[in-house]
Amino acid sequence: MPVLDAEILARLQFAFTVSFHILFPTLTIGLAGFLLFVEAQWLRTNDNAYLRLYHFWVRIFALTFGMGVVSGLVLSYQFGTNWSEFSRIAGPVVGPLIGFEVLTAFFMEAGFLGVMLFGWDKVGPRLHFLATFLVAFGTTLSSFWILSANSWMQTPAGAHIDPILGSYIPDDWIAIIFNPSFLYRLAHMLTASFLTTAIFIAGVSAYYMLSGKHTALARKSQSIALWAVLVLAPLQIFIGDQHGLNVLEHQPVKVAAMEANWERQAGAPLILFALPDSKLEKNHFEISIPKGASLILTHDINGVVPGLKDVPREDRPPVGIVFWSFRVMVGLGMLFLLIGVWGAYARYKGTLETNLWFNRLCLASMPAGFIATLAGWFVAEVGRQPYTIYGVLRTSDSISPIISGTMIATTLTVFLVVYGGIFSAYLYYLVKLIRVGPALPAPEDEADAPEAIQGARPGLIVPAE
Amino acid sequence: MDLALIAAGVIAAGILIYIVLDGFDLGVGILFPFAPDDRSRNVMMNSVAPVWDGNETWLILGGGGLLVFFPIAYSTVLPAFYFPVMLLLFALIFRGIAFEFRHSAHTSQYLWDRAFFGGSLVATFSQGLLVGGLIQGVTIVDHRFAGGMFDWFSPFSVLTGLGLVAGYGLLGATWINMKSEGETQAWSRRAAIVMGGAVLIAMLAVSVMTPLIRPAIAERWFGGVNALILAPVPLMTALNAALLFYGLFTNRERLPFFSAIGLFVWGYIGIGVTMYPNIVPPALTIWEAAAPRSSMIFALIGVAITLPMILGYTWYAYSVFKGKASDHGGYAKH
Repeated sequence: MPVLDAEILARLQFAFTVSFHILFPTLTIGLAGFLLFVEAQWLRTNDNAYLRLYHFWVRIFALTFGMGVVSGLVLSYQFGTNWSEFSRIAGPVVGPLIGFEVLTAFFMEAGFLGVMLFGWDKVGPRLHFLATFLVAFGTTLSSFWILSANSWMQTPAGAHIDPILGSYIPDDWIAIIFNPSFLYRLAHMLTASFLTTAIFIAGVSAYYMLSGKHTALARKSQSIALWAVLVLAPLQIFIGDQHGLNVLEHQPVKVAAMEANWERQAGAPLILFALPDSKLEKNHFEISIPKGASLILTHDINGVVPGLKDVPREDRPPVGIVFWSFRVMVGLGMLFLLIGVWGAYARYKGTLETNLWFNRLCLASMPAGFIATLAGWFVAEVGRQPYTIYGVLRTSDSISPIISGTMIATTLTVFLVVYGGIFSAYLYYLVKLIRVGPALPAPEDEADAPEAIQGARPGLIVPAE
Repeated sequence: MDLALIAAGVIAAGILIYIVLDGFDLGVGILFPFAPDDRSRNVMMNSVAPVWDGNETWLILGGGGLLVFFPIAYSTVLPAFYFPVMLLLFALIFRGIAFEFRHSAHTSQYLWDRAFFGGSLVATFSQGLLVGGLIQGVTIVDHRFAGGMFDWFSPFSVLTGLGLVAGYGLLGATWINMKSEGETQAWSRRAAIVMGGAVLIAMLAVSVMTPLIRPAIAERWFGGVNALILAPVPLMTALNAALLFYGLFTNRERLPFFSAIGLFVWGYIGIGVTMYPNIVPPALTIWEAAAPRSSMIFALIGVAITLPMILGYTWYAYSVFKGKASDHGGYAKH
């Protein structure tokens, strides 16, 4: 088999486009919630600082949302172009779930996004709040359906394969939607979105603290973000643990890969560092804590942990990627816990604004949530290999039969170049928006942010001429 | 109850709504560099900025809908049109991000103006290639695509590609005519006359060529009483064309836009009766391509509940932004 055959290229292409895409919804799901919160605060307290926070963050939201829309559109067609056998076989199950996502979520988001962004002087404040609410609600609904579809591919239920057609016939939609791993995955991903966003907002706020700009407004957003981190970081660790137990039950081989555990054994060690070797079926340079994996996975130091050798070689996922992604995710989760706790301590001491090292840590952690989310998805998706539908349909049997490696290589190259280009542009405008910062308060507001900003007119943003 | 037929109706309606809605905003992009000045370009951009995202969602519904109701059509058409589909997606990426990036840009605005124009043009042309390629037919064996990667490429599909560019251009021009004033509006009327003429020529050429590439279509169009039953299609098309030019020459604001939509609706019906009962010509019927009954019922219940709501709030979103678009616009309250 050649090193880069059509299957590997199609997998690389999907991995790249879906990883690129997930960065943007992760931020928009969380930011929609944040915007809803500050608009509610503005309506409740009439404090215009909240309104200015809204106007600032909604620009970042809009920029990010646009990226999510265009990169998501690609995915809805890629199932057909590159994975037509998967579409033919699983379409009857996955199709309606994605269809419901479009019908209930996408239209709601898109319909009210216009009102949310451009409708300030066209609808009243309460109606505008409703538009923000519906956009936020839409992003959550969207996660509901797409994670249901993804979870069904991990833990299929409620459908059987028709022996004549060779494709799925759904039997029980409730069992399909609420398949065994769905609620864990939904909770884990929604929390990841909010946590990632909270860390991001804390980082942007820390930038203003460190540079001494917009500090009055940044104090507000940092406070909101750090309360969120303090609650969400431990919550996420708890949900992650529960999700891990669920994976152990339904996808034991994935867990074996996460732990780089080759032999089924009682009292399995927790491996902190290792270079797993799939050929020799062992780890190099292993550093481990005795009985640690058994304790974490079975909540019993002598519990039995599944091993990779439980299944034949060809049924195992790539171990190294799963093992290391898992460690990156967990390590960053601990970092978020540290930020939450340190933030609470600094708040108690009254040094949130002045603590240099804390603010530097927040600034440096800005991308950390995204990296953790991606790492988590690598564990879930690479760990599902060599299947697209776990235990049923192999990835090699899911690919479009006609498409050649050359064609996929061509489009993959174009994707790399195009996505690289637009991502650079996105970062450029994101940094530009953050550097300019929130607009100055209108004259009747309290003068809490006196710095003049070149090019920004109070309350009105015009397209550059 | 014939679920496949109902589902085909739902998808056909969804695609028609897509063509009309995204048609005018893609058309605005196609005409973008030809606008008289930057002020006009701002008006044009602002007239579609609040709604383009919703318009494009109908395309996701088209793709998603095929996967839901006709998985075999989805899994054969997309590999068959691999390159045009990829071209469409890349083009939509460029024009989609142009909305936000242009707004944030300063010195690089010209770059996003070009992305908006180029993306709109290429997206439209590749959709036209798809339409032409589909009418020509797709080779399917055993429910899998079995043709070549460039089967879709022919003089006919290039013609439908160019025809759709003119068609979306017409929708865009008549939309701008409705949403703008003064110099921009006068320019958009002239653009609509040019585009309208091009559309009529393209429609005529496609109508002449279609029965020639597949004799079965000639039989469908002209055989027996069919010629009589189908007579309203060309007649209504002609009537809408007359209304379009009447509206343009008498400086009406709404009539040209709605007549242009009428032209599209009747052209679409024409393609529909040509293809029926196939979902992928020449041989895959809607019943053969249909999803299992349990998938159909589940999804149709969802459509029955959500589609009226979607139409309701889409109408609401449009009504919030009714009236003339302004040349400055933004997110903040003013």
